[in-house]
Order: sequence, then structure tokens, then C-alpha cells
Amino acid sequence: MALDDKKNGEFKVVGTRPNRPDGVDKVTGRARFGADVSAPGMLHAAIVRSPHAHAKILKIDTSRAMASKDVKAVVTRADFAEGLEGDDLNVLENVMAGEKALYDGHAVAAVAATSPLAARDAAKLIDVTYEILPHVTDVDKAMAKDAPVIREGAADKSVPPGLHPNVVRYHESGHGDVEEGFAQADLVIEDSFVTEAAHQGYIEPHACLAQLDADGKGEVWCCTQGHFNVQKICAKLVGTDASQIRVTASEIGGGFGGKTAVFIEPVALALSRKTNRPVKLVMSRAEVFRATGPTASTSMDIKIGMTSDGKITAGQGTFRLQGGAFPGAPMEFTAMCAFAPYNLENVFQVGYDVMSNRPKQAAYRAPGSPMAAFAVESVIDELCSQLGLDPIEVRLMNASKEGTKASYGPRFDRIGLVETLEAAKAHPHYSAPLAEGLGRGVSCGFWFNHGGETAVTLALSEDGTAALSVGTPDIGGSRASMCQMVAEELGIPYEKIRTTVADTATLGYNEVSHGSRVTYASGLAAINASRDAVEKLCGRAAAKWGIDPEAVYWDSGYAKPSGPNAGDFEPLALADITKNMGATGGPIVGHFEATPEGAGVSFATHIVDARVDKETGKTSVERYTVVQDAGKAIHPTYVEGQYQGGAAQGIGWALNEEYIYGEDGRLQNANFLDYRIPVASDLPMIDTVIVEVPNPGHPYGVRGVGETSICPPLAAIANAVSGAAGVRLKQLPMSPPRILEALDVQANG
Amino acid sequence: MSMIHVSTTINGDEAEFLCDPRETLLDVLRDKLALTGAKEGCGTGDCGACSVTVDGRLVCSCLVLGAEAQGKSITTVEGIAEGESLHPLQEKFIEYAALQCGICTPGILVATKALLEKNPDPTETEVRYWLAGNLCRCTGYDKIIRAVMDTAADLRKAS
Ligand code: FES
Ligand code: FES
Repeated sequence: MALDDKKNGEFKVVGTRPNRPDGVDKVTGRARFGADVSAPGMLHAAIVRSPHAHAKILKIDTSRAMASKDVKAVVTRADFAEGLEGDDLNVLENVMAGEKALYDGHAVAAVAATSPLAARDAAKLIDVTYEILPHVTDVDKAMAKDAPVIREGAADKSVPPGLHPNVVRYHESGHGDVEEGFAQADLVIEDSFVTEAAHQGYIEPHACLAQLDADGKGEVWCCTQGHFNVQKICAKLVGTDASQIRVTASEIGGGFGGKTAVFIEPVALALSRKTNRPVKLVMSRAEVFRATGPTASTSMDIKIGMTSDGKITAGQGTFRLQGGAFPGAPMEFTAMCAFAPYNLENVFQVGYDVMSNRPKQAAYRAPGSPMAAFAVESVIDELCSQLGLDPIEVRLMNASKEGTKASYGPRFDRIGLVETLEAAKAHPHYSAPLAEGLGRGVSCGFWFNHGGETAVTLALSEDGTAALSVGTPDIGGSRASMCQMVAEELGIPYEKIRTTVADTATLGYNEVSHGSRVTYASGLAAINASRDAVEKLCGRAAAKWGIDPEAVYWDSGYAKPSGPNAGDFEPLALADITKNMGATGGPIVGHFEATPEGAGVSFATHIVDARVDKETGKTSVERYTVVQDAGKAIHPTYVEGQYQGGAAQGIGWALNEEYIYGEDGRLQNANFLDYRIPVASDLPMIDTVIVEVPNPGHPYGVRGVGETSICPPLAAIANAVSGAAGVRLKQLPMSPPRILEALDVQANG
Repeated sequence: MSMIHVSTTINGDEAEFLCDPRETLLDVLRDKLALTGAKEGCGTGDCGACSVTVDGRLVCSCLVLGAEAQGKSITTVEGIAEGESLHPLQEKFIEYAALQCGICTPGILVATKALLEKNPDPTETEVRYWLAGNLCRCTGYDKIIRAVMDTAADLRKAS
């Protein structure tokens, strides 16, 4: 549905900053998250996990556990559906290991007992006999000739012959002739970069409460970014019909992509079926780190040519992504996003999806894109500094615009990169003098955004209020923006609308809350459902007045005759029509069910000032500015929040966060003390600028804002560190030991 | 294992429970007393989502045993509002959008209330260091810090 010129930028509610409708629940502790519910007769479950990175499971002996009177059931792979194939089999393999444990933390069995303590005790009494196999956790090593094979035959047809069986997918894209482009350059820089896996780090561990009866009917309550997806996967894994499982999404304590995957719900269902009782399953923080998805780790080679006045003549990138023990590392996104901000005549990119003995990677805010930006934007920065050029001017000179042939193929529609660069250039931060010892870094970032299957209903009440049901969990305040869009359309106050995240029995299929799609797609759906309801309201008014429905229009909450020819009638308020809707044709409900495809891409430019303590190697971020195109900000405060949150996560990834594996293939830092995410005293205030270049694919011009904000920070900080410390870090995170090492190499060679 | 009988005060009300000696105060609050406002983000004292006060002192309830509540007075997020009226911090958190997902919010409210009782006029740095034990993954802390500073200013004006 295209940008609506009717609205002409005239909004009454959109663009204001009302209090979120679920605010009181969230500040009083009443909001119910995944682990906050219980059911009569409920059992508690615990999962037995492999301590080995790669091992054959020879035997699982449950007799010691089952001897306890508190223990009611144990499940293993034998308790799940057989005969699954492809992606379904991969999900099952990850939820419960089959013949082999593929990573440290891989689930091999689960137990249900009468209390959480009893369940945890019982898990320790399940004796698993393993035959330990050689393992590999590093991406480059996993591609090497002698690497142990994670799983034979996992590769698809895209992989060129001659590569190791751990390389399971291959991508290439681009246009022009990069060799010719490099020949036109005055300076060509070629370099390699490495990033470690980072975890989404949501504060709420995965949790669910599930019941599955012998007749195949089930109920699940869980924290997830997509309960319809949970329904689909659970049905397959336990072998029942999707429609027989009703899934309700709890409030969700952060996801960032990590709660788009399914880990525990099928296990709780299987235990419930075996015990005929509801089963609650809550992960510990260590389990979250060991067995849910962090990002892929990467190894990347970049080559970029530039003329002496700053024109990029060619860009080339090779991106190797390790995505754990299953196919799916988002290497095509990494490759496609890498050069997207720039209008290049010659560009070529290659991606490899590589398996290793680590947990299956999961989406994390713009999956794959931040790593690409780290590598490419670092090289551009280096080119600028060697050629003595201003980093924003160079980016402006090369920026993608409407009509540019994107590095990944299509031509861009209306986009806002130039506007973010202009706003960054004009921002006082960019012109502020830089204090001694500080470095200033700049980077751009890009993300596609997404639409996806969406269904909502808008039910009007007799008293003239409205209830919107959406199928996309509210992960950061989206109920507020939904209410605003409905208020805008219906012309009734924001407070008169309630948005509910409905269960899977209430609405048609909704794709998970990912791809920055909620405000775009559920928002578009809410607008359309409102317009559907308005059409029905106008129809009722027309019937009352005895005129043609076409001769009635809706204005600020009233049905009005469209002109003198239509007749002279007193306008009817929404509540005047709904109060007797039962007698005038029945309930009035607006609908929208479709797959919107006009999610506009989004760009950001970040500026950061950082200081490096050369004695300790510690980097502190002293000033940070995010400039990003939101298309149209429905609730600007929550848009700012997305910008700030993405920047903060990027700062963590850049400076501190990493999965550290020992020689034994075990994760060494599976807790928040050793996997240190930014705390309040690590960060400055994060300044934001909302640029609004309307998305032609949304009636109000909305673009998703949740993901792009994590794309620029890694490179922006690396560029600032390079300015502050005089060394360029090519490996993330830029933790104190790595900075000290780089300084040492620079000083002593 | 034999259970321990504990009598305590929670949010001003007397409470009694039986607990396993290994159960934490957080387990007891959530599983025995149905006070699920305090959250378990880590269980190891690293995230602050479980923050409560025991006799006025801010603690991670995942690091306190349930049995230790004997004879103590405990305040959780459920005890912050007075009747129908929210505490000024709660109001400001909503107004400033100092929460996105809201899972960290109970702990951060309990922690900041304890701060403002001790230090009604904290600097931004003091607020940041006081809250360094309360992880928030969504907000980047900016709006949280602003909400706290602004509440502190309002409370000073009011007193
Ligand atoms: S749950 Fe107690 S500090 Fe994290
Ligand atoms: S609001 Fe989500 S962790 Fe703080």
C-alpha cells in the first residue's frame, strides 16, 4: 500500500509522544513475562546438556533419576516426531540432539519433577555416555582441509566443488568489473577483518509453560518474538496439528532477534504429554549463553579502490560466517549489505556459510550487516585518512540515492542516506573541537527491513471505543504506535483504543516480530483495518440517511455527507453509529490480512568520540550521535529509544562482548560477569537525530527503525579508536588486551 | 530435605512460608508468594533484575537465601506504589519511555528508589555508578538516567 498523499503530512496523533498503554503494568511488576505464570498441578523441567563440543551419544541411562519419587518423566530424542526433513529436522536436532551432540550445551535429555530444585537435581542423575569426537569452533579452521566434519551432506547446491563439507551455502553478487575499477583508482587498500560472536543478551531467559494432552491438543505460554512460529514448529516436533496448539505470547523481556528461534517449547510439550500435567521450563543464564543463538562470527577480506578526490572506483568483499552446527549463517545479508550505502559501478561480493561446533546462530538486529559495515567502513576510513579527505564528504560523494543500482541488485526507491549524512555534517557534534587524546569516528549503516505475513482485527465497541488485536509481540513499545495509528484513522482519542497481542487462535498467521517489521507491517495493517472499519461505519451512516455509501466520508471521528448534493444531514460520531450497530447490521470489525512488501530500506550515520587509555587499553566512548532515517516517526520517543539501544549494543559488541571458547571447545564465559554487556557507567548519553524521508511503501511513510541502529557502531568506534590510539583494530571486540597488543606491535614491530 | 519455616514482612504485610534451605529469596518471592515482579535475569548477582530491599538495604534477591528473610522487612517492586497512585519514579519512567521491554524495570525502580532515599541530589555520574549493577539491554540507559535525574529534581522541589 503506497504512501498516502491524502494525509499530506498532516497528522494529529502520529508524531506525538503519548504514554505507552502498558506502562502501568510494566512499572508495577504486574506485567506477566515468560516465567511469571504457573498452572495447577504444574511440574518443573530441566534440560541435560552436553559438556562436549562434539560427541557421539552412546547411551542415556535415566534409571538413577527415575528412582526419585519427585521425578515424573524423562524425555530424549525418542519422544519427538520421526521422519522430519530439511529445516524441520534441523530445528529438532537443535532442540534435542539425535546421534551426536554438536556443541557444548546441546540438549540431550530433559526431566520433569515436582519442583525446580528437584528437576535440577534429577538432571544431574541422568547418565549420558559419550564418545568424544574432534571439534572445531573457528570459522577459518572449520573451512580448512583437515577440519572435522560436523555433518556430512549438509551443503546445498550453491556450494562450488572442492570446498570442505562444513561449507554449506555459497553466495555471490555484484555488477561491473572490479579489476577495471581497481585500475582506475589512485589508492587501493586490501585488508582482512575478524569479528567474534556476540549474544543478543536479552535480560529475560527463555521460559515457557506448556500442556499437551493425549489427544494432541495443547496450550503454550512463552516469551517469543513470534508465537505463530512457535505453534508451527511445536506441532511438527511433537507430531500434532498446528491448529490444535494454541500459543499465547507473554510479555517479552527483550529479544533482538534471539527469540525468533524455538528451543524449549517442544521439550515442555513432550514432557507434559508424558506426565499429563502442565510443565514449566525456564532456562538459566548459562543455558541462554551456551544453547541459544549468538550471532555468527566472521572472517572477512575487503578491497576498495578510491581516486585521490574520493570517488570509490570498486569494492570487493569476501565474507566467511560461522553459524554454529547448522546451516543458516546470514552470509548473504553480510555480503549484500556490505556496499549498499554506496553507488558503485564495480562491486563484487562473496559469502560462505560455515558450520562449526557452536550453538546455532540466531538473528541479532540486522543479522549479518554490522560485521560487513565494520570491515567496509574501516577500509573507507583508512582510504580517507591516507588521502587526506573528510569522511562525511567522501561518503556523500559516493552515497546511494533514489535510482542507484544497489550493490545487491535492485534499484533503490526513495531513500534517506544523503539526508542522514547532511544532518550528521550539520550536527554540532561533527564540528565540535576534539579534545586531546580523543578520536572521532564516522560510519554509515544499512538494513533492508521487512514486511511479512500480517493479520490484525479492529473490533469497535458499542461505546465508541476500539480494540485492536495484533499478532506481533510488543518488544519495545509497539502497542503505543499501533494505538496512535488507529486513533489517527478513526479520529477518536488515543486512550480510547486498546491494542492486545492476540494468541494464535484469534488471528491469521503473523510472521515473527523481526526485520524491523512491526511498526511498518502491523502498523500498515492497523491503518488498513481502520479504513475497513471506517468504510463500514460510512455504510451504516449512508443506510440511516438513505443515501449512497459513496456519498459519505469520514472526517475526524464523524461520518459526514460529502457535499450539498448528498443531502443535508447532521454528522454522525463514531459512537452514534456503534451504539446500535447490533440493530443496523451487526458488529463492526475492520480486518487486514496480507503480506505487505513495501518495507523501505533504511540508512544511518553515526558519529562517535572515543578515548583510549594507552596504559590499560581501555576505550571509553565519550560522545555519541545517531542520525537515522525513520521514514515517519510514529512515536518519536520510542524511535529514539531504538536508536539508543542499537548504538549501545553496538558499543558492547565493538569493545567487550565476545564468545570465548577454550581448547576443549567449551564456552568459557557463559555468564554476565564474564560476558560483559555495557552497564550504565560505561556509556554517555546517546544523542539522536530522526531524519524523515518517507517510505513510498507505507501510507504514512514509515520505515522500520529497530535494526539499522546497530550497523554503524562497530566501524564508527574502530575509526575513532584508530584516531585516538593511532592503531587500527581489525578484530572485534577491541578489548583492552587487543588494544595493548596492537599498540605493542606498532611500537616494537 | 526438611523445610525451614520463615516469618517475615513483605511490602508491609506479614508473610510466612516454608522453604528448602537452598532456595533463594527470589525463588521464594516468585514461586511461593506469587510476587513475580522481581525477575531472574541471571541468578548470579550480575544483572540486578531481582533487586529488592531487605531492612532498607538494596540486595540482589538471587544472592539471599529465603531462610535469611526471617524477621526482616522486605520491599519489592510491588510495594513501591501507594494504593492507586504510582511512585513519582514510576510516573517518570512511563513518561520518559525509560523502558522498552520492561524486564529490567522492577529492579531498576527498586534500586533508584533506594538511591534517592540515600542521596536526593545525585549527579549523573553517581546515578550511572549506582545503577551499574542493573543491566538494561534495550535502552542504552539514556532515558533511564534522565528519568531518574528529573524525578530527583521534582522530589527535591516537593520536599
Ligand atoms: S537475577 Fe539476581 S542479579 Fe540477576
Ligand atoms: S527495557 Fe529491556 S532490558 Fe531494560
